[in-house]
Amino acid sequence: MDSKDYLKDISEIKDLMNKSSRFISLSGLSGILAGIYALIGAAVAYWLVIEYSNGTLILDGKIFNLVMLDLFLIAFFSVVTGIILTTRKAKKNGANIWDTSSKRLVINFLVPLIAGGIYILIILGRQKYGQTGALMLLFYGLALVNASKYSIGDIRYLGFIQIILGLICAWFPGYGFWLWVLGFGVMHIIYGTWMHFKYDVKK
Amino acid sequence: MSIITNINKVFDHRIRLGIMSILMVNEYADFNMLKELLGATDGNLASHTKALEKAEYIKVEKQFIGRKPNTRYSTTKLGEAEFKKHINALEKLINKQ
Repeated sequence: MDSKDYLKDISEIKDLMNKSSRFISLSGLSGILAGIYALIGAAVAYWLVIEYSNGTLILDGKIFNLVMLDLFLIAFFSVVTGIILTTRKAKKNGANIWDTSSKRLVINFLVPLIAGGIYILIILGRQKYGQTGALMLLFYGLALVNASKYSIGDIRYLGFIQIILGLICAWFPGYGFWLWVLGFGVMHIIYGTWMHFKYDVKK
Repeated sequence: MSIITNINKVFDHRIRLGIMSILMVNEYADFNMLKELLGATDGNLASHTKALEKAEYIKVEKQFIGRKPNTRYSTTKLGEAEFKKHINALEKLINKQ
């Protein structure tokens, strides 16, 4: 064997190590759409609260439930879009959508997220609303950082940003809504765009 | 030459190198996962895993998931050390030219 063969070996090793341990077919476009859904949902929530609840959420149980439904729909559509677009991208890459690496990614993402989600529901049940935005940003950030070990490394930085926004939000709970818009809306769009051009668009 | 001595004959095959690379970054891998990633046939993969097992570079665990037999592979300390040595040797060889 001459050195050209060895060089091929090395690049194949690198490729196998990446492919076997990381799921890299995440779609950037789905990030952009998730951000847009978040902005639309936030606008709806804003309108609901201003129009029907005198600017405060806790007063009216019905409006509160509508805002919760709004939140749930944002999450639902984001997840569905993410699954569809990522499946499409994985197929195009000839990657398997449900293999060891994607399973590991999903599990590591969901553990902090679900723990956080349940915690938020519990404190909402105790009528403690003030920290909801901060907690959502924090747990989502932690989930991203945890999952980044099993996917594209850039997700880690999005996670750090969400954690920082979450902490700021905990300090200034009055700006919770706007920080939520910034974290889930604007940051998703910026990040999705960046990922789309970095990984999805063929140069 | 001293560099050549670190090139490990046991790894001198695409599939074996592939098996080792996958196992280096994963806690373990089962037969199907290796097969899919390497695009190898059953018989081919079996003979290469056997060779690596015989050299004690990988550990083989057979178990049952439900009723289906499942074979799990993982690296041994020896295998990891030898693989690193091999890669370093390859690197040196390439950089020399």
